[in-house]
Amino acid sequence: MRKFNRFLAGLVILLIGIAFLSPIYILLVNSFKNRSELYQNVLAFPSHFNFSNFSQAMQQMNFLIALKNSLIITIISVFFIVMLSSMTAWVLVRHDNKLSKVIFMILVATMIIPFQTLMMPLMQLMNEIQQLFHLKMMDSRGGLIYMNIGFHAAMSVFLYHGFIKSIPVSLEEAATIDGCSRFGIFWRIVFPMLKPITATVIILNVIGIWNDYLLPSLVLSSENLRTIPLSTFFFFGEFTIQWNLAMAGLVLTIIPVVIFYVLSQKYIIKGIGEGAIK
Amino acid sequence: MRNRKHIGVNLLFTVPLLFIFTTVVIIPFISGIYYSFFKWDGIPADPKVFVGLGNFAKTVSDTRFLTSAWHTVEFTIMAVILVNLFGLIFALIVTTKFPTVKATRTMLFMPNLIGGLILGYIWKFIFTDGFQILSDMTGLHHVFFDWLLKPQFGLYAMVIVFAWQMAGYTMIIYLAGIQALPNEILEASKVDGANSWQRLTKIICPLLMPSFTICLFLTLANAFNIYDINLSLTNGGPVNGTELFSMNIYNEIFGNSNYGYGQAKAVIFFIIVAVITLTQVSITKKREVEM
Repeated sequence: MRKFNRFLAGLVILLIGIAFLSPIYILLVNSFKNRSELYQNVLAFPSHFNFSNFSQAMQQMNFLIALKNSLIITIISVFFIVMLSSMTAWVLVRHDNKLSKVIFMILVATMIIPFQTLMMPLMQLMNEIQQLFHLKMMDSRGGLIYMNIGFHAAMSVFLYHGFIKSIPVSLEEAATIDGCSRFGIFWRIVFPMLKPITATVIILNVIGIWNDYLLPSLVLSSENLRTIPLSTFFFFGEFTIQWNLAMAGLVLTIIPVVIFYVLSQKYIIKGIGEGAIK
Repeated sequence: MRNRKHIGVNLLFTVPLLFIFTTVVIIPFISGIYYSFFKWDGIPADPKVFVGLGNFAKTVSDTRFLTSAWHTVEFTIMAVILVNLFGLIFALIVTTKFPTVKATRTMLFMPNLIGGLILGYIWKFIFTDGFQILSDMTGLHHVFFDWLLKPQFGLYAMVIVFAWQMAGYTMIIYLAGIQALPNEILEASKVDGANSWQRLTKIICPLLMPSFTICLFLTLANAFNIYDINLSLTNGGPVNGTELFSMNIYNEIFGNSNYGYGQAKAVIFFIIVAVITLTQVSITKKREVEM
């Protein structure tokens, strides 16, 4: 009897999860239907799997180009965020003086500024920089990566700062005595110890940058630079009426996210929890 | 002395990030406040006319702005309650010891990884065509109609999509909090004869205050700033009835080319977000208890 109750409770819990994902089910089944079948019953399973929606959506969204852009922008942005914010946090923690405190305080305080407050002046400034120094900031992947680094700097330094504070200095001091340079100490001794928090920083930034719509929409105007959220937006502007095609397009955009989730699920769950506690 | 020796490395380590941060966040923030005192259409060649606090005064009689502000408040209150209620319930469910909790936890977190823009499109289909067919099937015409055609229901629709996205996120944070609770206290309360409800309200919730602080802060800030779900689900319509704060600012600046006026709204937006989130953090922080 006890065993049966346990089984039942487990089943109920699983059903809650499945019910929660029912919108994904609706998305999936309708992506395989043709138009008339979709309107017969949106909840029903497709009578046969119609893959042509996907190839058509892929073409009209320029999916592969968008995927490439999203990958390039996300990977390079996150790479620089990890490098630069870990180094900065380390110096700020290990030099316990007024200046480091002020810098850290300013970083943390800016975390409550909404993006909408910065977007217009930021675009003005980037345009000015582009004209003054002939650096391509607008409508370029490099410019977007630069802005991504700036926007995610505060949170990442904050996370590293909290973690580094809990690492004792003794190891670094021993290395100094052995003649290791400052540079070597950080990259050979400190950075490897930061692995758990680096995983958290990577995950939070990947999710944030990959899914971002507003900043890329302001920075990128060329069609061949569009990221996945941008190409989805333009795709819907043109094809909202053909829902079966639209559904296939949405499924395509979710596939990379699902792959990422399956590969790093353990770290994601842990990372989110840790990121919040710090 | 020690510090002076390392000054080169220190600069090398910190200057790149701090430089980027300054150009992307600090300078735009300060110049944003400067722009908010001018009437300007965003074209560099056109003059910026100093209007002092005129832009700020103008917001008081801007009904579209005030409506969007009110909707944002409505949306935020509903969203924060729903997200945290479900996040906490989910966390309590997945901390039980049944064999399926791991799979369920994975499923409950899943929507959080999908971007807001895409979530909005998925639900747009459900609220329009999906509800139409559900209504035909069940006959519940007053429940299943196109929610996006009525402003108030469009707002509820956004709350649902936002909660669907964020509940899994807060679940993870509450989960971490619950797992860190000292087992002895829970055991002791069981021995003393407290039932599950008493344990939840008298022991678990007070001890979870740090998690509440973080989750409320995150949901408040995110709900206030919401833009992409708003854009893809309703695009502010019908007749601007679901236009939230963030979208109103965007439309004022880039849609109507009122750069100065829109920026003044953005500064007001910043002040409101700062005051509300800081108040919330200080209130919940005070209620945190030492273990």
